[in-house]
Amino acid sequence: MKMNKLFAMAASMVLCSAVFAGCGTEGGSSSNSGKKSGDKLISVGIINNDPNESGYRTANVNDLKATFTKENGYDAQFAYSLKNEEQINYAQKYIQDEVDYLLLSAADTAGWDSVLKDAKDAGVKVILFDRTIDADESLYEASIVSDMNKEGETAVEWLKNQNLTSYDIIHLQGVMGSAAQKGRSGALTDTASKLNWNIVVEQTAEWNAEKAQQIVQSAIDSNQKFNVIYAENDDMAKGAVAALDRANISHGVGKDVIVMGFDCNKWALQELKAGNWNYDGQCNPFQSSYIVDIIKKLENGETLPQKTIIMDEKGFDASTITDADVEQYGI
Amino acid sequence: MSQNTKNNTASSIITAMFRKQIFIPLAALLILALFNFIMDPSFFKITLGHNSNGDPLLSGNIISIIDYGSELAILAVGMTLVTAASRGQDISVGAAIAISGSVVLRVLCGTNSRPDELQAPIIVAFIISCFVAMACGAFNGVLVSVFKIQPMVATLILFTAGRSIAAWINNNELPVVTDSTFSVFGGYIPGIPIPTPFFIALACFVVIFLVLKFTTLGLYVQSVGINEETSRLNGLNPALIKFITYVILGLCVAVAGLIKVSRISSINYSVVAKDIEMDAILAVALGGNALGGGKFNISASILGAYVIQFLTTTLYKFQVQSDALPAYKAVVVILLVVLSAPIVREKIAALFRKLRPARAEQNG
Repeated sequence: MKMNKLFAMAASMVLCSAVFAGCGTEGGSSSNSGKKSGDKLISVGIINNDPNESGYRTANVNDLKATFTKENGYDAQFAYSLKNEEQINYAQKYIQDEVDYLLLSAADTAGWDSVLKDAKDAGVKVILFDRTIDADESLYEASIVSDMNKEGETAVEWLKNQNLTSYDIIHLQGVMGSAAQKGRSGALTDTASKLNWNIVVEQTAEWNAEKAQQIVQSAIDSNQKFNVIYAENDDMAKGAVAALDRANISHGVGKDVIVMGFDCNKWALQELKAGNWNYDGQCNPFQSSYIVDIIKKLENGETLPQKTIIMDEKGFDASTITDADVEQYGI
Repeated sequence: MSQNTKNNTASSIITAMFRKQIFIPLAALLILALFNFIMDPSFFKITLGHNSNGDPLLSGNIISIIDYGSELAILAVGMTLVTAASRGQDISVGAAIAISGSVVLRVLCGTNSRPDELQAPIIVAFIISCFVAMACGAFNGVLVSVFKIQPMVATLILFTAGRSIAAWINNNELPVVTDSTFSVFGGYIPGIPIPTPFFIALACFVVIFLVLKFTTLGLYVQSVGINEETSRLNGLNPALIKFITYVILGLCVAVAGLIKVSRISSINYSVVAKDIEMDAILAVALGGNALGGGKFNISASILGAYVIQFLTTTLYKFQVQSDALPAYKAVVVILLVVLSAPIVREKIAALFRKLRPARAEQNG
């Protein structure tokens, strides 16, 4: 018993000292940042999702890291979390540090109002990238996003131009309700009902290659006829192709089944180049050039023409893709 | 008279069957099979075809089930032992699969994430991944057995960190193996028309049955699960036995991980084997094993795993709408779990006992 009490006391003391120590370092860092204004460096706090989340995120993080360097005139701090509360904590820390710009890819759309108001009061300019939030437009300078609907439309437009005699489509969806799934599914569903395309199978494989393989396998086992695989990311397209290979169904340019993927992973573009797949739609992770452009304009005192900036996104056709494309756009 | 006894024995067999643990997964399997048979008998059709390399292979829903159910069945073996000994479950197996799969690819690919040829023999990569997965198991095992942390809390650590570790092992790159020999483990051995994962799973089952038959492991695990203190007083070392079950689960994870990465010759850290821990626990529960530890029946868990895969394949076959899929699964799981509850089983058994005298009179 006595030991327990002693332990509890010791633990609480450690906790208290940790709190004080925490305050100490906070103070230290804010005085540091005071010094920065003398230098020419622009200080930015970048809050992003975890780089391990996906290949897209890894490319995104690497792109930001390569752009916001000391050589390019930035003093950048990075914070990663998939949790909204943690991201908000980081945001508060950066506001206390008096960074010039706060770059934010929010984990969740809600809950950002109060912290962004704090940022505004402290004179910190906020730029959203990759993801939008549910907050008043006045709270941020700009928002750079992908238009998932447009990605879907570009892909479906491409499919329409293939002028197949019949369209029998296996539609492999991402995690239901995610922005990418909604945008990429929406375009296909609309066009299919308009042009009487036949959706043979529509099922979520949750971005998972193996689930996609099972779904396509199941369609083959029950003798479904299909000539298009519309997979909402590259992994699922890969899984689908594995099932096709097993059943000796040819796929790719000029073959029985058209394979479509999204995200432009480098290995996927190589499959495209080899003619095993037909189409891959880009989801552009390279936002840093857009951000730099905005920061330059703001530093020069210019006003931005619009708040929401939609990035250019390409769709690659197997018959026209070049090795240079694979190198440049592969993530 | 002879008619009477025959009837008596028949109904007593039925009553005894209800008491048998393996009855639940078996009944679930039969119900699912019957449902499919009524809805569409072609569900059971198996055809012999060729893949794009010209090798013969069987295809059909049943083949898909024994193929894709393999990893889950292998995990169910280890999970049953862990559950029985430590009275809790390891929820980190999905993350551990990501780690061991990453290790396999890392060793095979070397420093280049897309090599033209393998940098190491597959067997070496597999053995290293076995050690890593067993180390993960040992880490959980130590937390549970030595530090006496609740299994679910202890394994939460690896559950949260595992996928990031897996990504870190490969420098956040996505390695792709192009060598076709590697895809054998998740595909087919050229010339043999039955998927390899099934054989791997079969080998695992044989090994574990031999171990349980010829060693005292099963008995020790059971006694530690029933009463740790009495086992200790009887000269067993409960901590060691719990630890061993976690290491065995680690080995199961390594095997499952090899199959998983071999299937697509690549890995995606965030989605590989996602939620498989929940399915593995469900397989144990469907097998009628008490999640509170103690007595266990591995064959029932294995059957439970195939029931889950049977259900998944059935749902895909009938093209249940994407957003409704989890709801259907939930309904079936609730039914199965309720049916397997001891109270319900007692009631059903009692019902059959009541029917017996009535039938005997009729025959007399």
